[in-house]
Amino acid sequence: MYVYDQYDQQLLNERVAQFKGQMERYLDGKISEEEFLPLRLQNGIYVQRYAPMLRVAVPYGALNSAQVRKLAYVARTYDKGYAHISTRQNVQFNWPELEQCPQILADLAEVQMHAVQTSGNCIRNTTTDEYAGVIAEEIVDPRPYCEIIRQWSTFHPEFAFLPRKFKIAVNAVPGQDRAAITMHDIGINIVKNDAGDIGYRVLVGGGLGRTPILGEEICAFLPEEDLLAYLDAVIRVYNQFGRRDNKYKARIKILVKALGVDRMRELVEEEFNRLKDGEGKLTQAELERVKQHFIDPEYKTLSDNPVELTAAKEENKAFSRWMERNVRQHKKAGYAVVTLTLKQIGTPPGDITAEQLDQVADLADEYSFGELRSTHNQNLVLADVEQTELFGLWQKLKSLGMATPTLGLLTDMICCPGGDFCALANAKSIPVAEAIQARFENLDYLWDLGEIDLNISGCMNACGHHHVGNIGVLGVDKKGEEFYQVSLGGNSGGNDADGSSLGKILGPSFAREAMPDVIAKILDFYVDQRTDGESFLEVYRRVGHTPFKEAVYGKPD
Amino acid sequence: MANLINTQGPVQDTELTTVTLEQWQEEKASFAGQSLELTVSSDQTADLFGEDAANFARISIDFPKFADGRGYSAARLLREKYKYTGELRAVGDVLIDQVFFMKRCGFDTYALREDQIVEDAIAAFSTFTNPYQNDVHDQRPLFRRRLS
Ligand code: SF4
Repeated sequence: MYVYDQYDQQLLNERVAQFKGQMERYLDGKISEEEFLPLRLQNGIYVQRYAPMLRVAVPYGALNSAQVRKLAYVARTYDKGYAHISTRQNVQFNWPELEQCPQILADLAEVQMHAVQTSGNCIRNTTTDEYAGVIAEEIVDPRPYCEIIRQWSTFHPEFAFLPRKFKIAVNAVPGQDRAAITMHDIGINIVKNDAGDIGYRVLVGGGLGRTPILGEEICAFLPEEDLLAYLDAVIRVYNQFGRRDNKYKARIKILVKALGVDRMRELVEEEFNRLKDGEGKLTQAELERVKQHFIDPEYKTLSDNPVELTAAKEENKAFSRWMERNVRQHKKAGYAVVTLTLKQIGTPPGDITAEQLDQVADLADEYSFGELRSTHNQNLVLADVEQTELFGLWQKLKSLGMATPTLGLLTDMICCPGGDFCALANAKSIPVAEAIQARFENLDYLWDLGEIDLNISGCMNACGHHHVGNIGVLGVDKKGEEFYQVSLGGNSGGNDADGSSLGKILGPSFAREAMPDVIAKILDFYVDQRTDGESFLEVYRRVGHTPFKEAVYGKPD
Repeated sequence: MANLINTQGPVQDTELTTVTLEQWQEEKASFAGQSLELTVSSDQTADLFGEDAANFARISIDFPKFADGRGYSAARLLREKYKYTGELRAVGDVLIDQVFFMKRCGFDTYALREDQIVEDAIAAFSTFTNPYQNDVHDQRPLFRRRLS
């Protein structure tokens, strides 16, 4: 992974000093509440329902064991002993004291971590495929490009006060969308042209929230070295012409819709053509320098399916189940990609204790070159595990409660913090997730259902990505009471490059107690309708919305 | 009264004839031969006056609210696209924690909001030693400046 040099470290240290000074001036009453707001937001601090929340950046989900131990230390020292993995691969602490945040950030800087631009109306953490670098299908490893974007966007002088937040995602697997790039302000698909040159297909104007829209193509092929000039051009157009009168109409998607993507392209290209051959153009030397940080670790020469593994799978049904669900093919023979699920019954999705963090750091050192990853599904990944070690690793993970073999299944839900923590929430989301997990805990049943994305958001801001859940649940407020609206048919790309879709609302919302039954009715109808091996989404797309609606609400008279 | 500064410290204001963009567009000819300051609001984007920029000794860009970041792009375009070489001044909600960004985008004087502490603002001009991006003062991003 990327290791800071003296320049990166100096910038981060200067940031820590800057925020310490800002906090002092704020506590001295020299900065008003309103004016302190963007300063703390750009350092990851929200004030939420009960306490401030600190969102620590995990650039494109990459972590090393020293960083994970530091997160454990922060959880223990400044919080209530646990942390939360967010749907943007970041790590959140729900209970730090505001006054302690500068010290937390100083502690994190020691391991090259920070909370830079994890909130506020600026360019946020760039996300990518959680399996980047270890799957054979990718054109190139997208992480160096994400790191280049991270550096360019960090303290960008012109874009710290955009109309609204701005998110970029990068995908590098042809024919798939492994980073939900259609749902981002800018989506970057790394592609190769006919001449074999690397470049980017660029999408603009996607996003969830109140007005979910899929991004549209603004550039079919952008040469590799032009990345930053193009990003500058797009965001410069947005910064000038994006709406600032209404925060619900301020995202770039609204500007793109208002201008039309063709007019947007004209404006961007005019600016881009002026910039592209300037000094801002990327150099092969810089691409090489950053790529050097992501070269393969020293893999051994091994072969797939060693006898120990085959034997263990035959002897142990639970292990073979876990293998099938939570372990993925690695590009290198004899290795495997292992997902650690943070979806145990009784804990909110994505939560992890300080002890678990420490133990996971040890496992990373022991099994996976000291590195791990956070995922948008709120899980963790050990990306480079030798297949001969899988059985031993599984046993350790089981005792940590991180071996639930449900990756991608119904109970591997995405869920935002909701009304338990978030001040913006209309309704709680965690209790709904827990009730559904408790109701559908039978593994055989879950396996029989197959892959289903169930996503829960506590309000329209859609942090739980409910629009793109095959089943989406949204907390709504009805005269001060918490209700839940269900939508069906959403999909976030995944194995199908053009398969992204937004869910359609099923009908009137439900009380919280009714939710497990509602989900059960939807699932029963699916099981009843499916023919051999059809997934939930396939059935939904085949039979259509209305029959599902009638299965839940009954037929209209 | 705002406190007028540059990166070194407080500066004396110079008297110029002030025109708004509307006045300029209506009666350009009547200002011939005068030393002019153009005042623009944050929704007046650089494309509306960039070609005329050379007519002004000073252009003052208003920040109605610190959270309105359009002025950064306007400044940068004036310097880099329209090659404006006169004085660029940030006025309005000009706060300590913005001046570093403003400097990099090409402003050279700052009408600091009156409650802001001048010394703190001067110190803020050197918040970061080696930023990642290129800017108006150095066209090279860090990757062309890095000595490795
Ligand atoms: S979706 Fe709403 S409730 Fe959930 S975390 Fe986001 S803002 Fe809070």
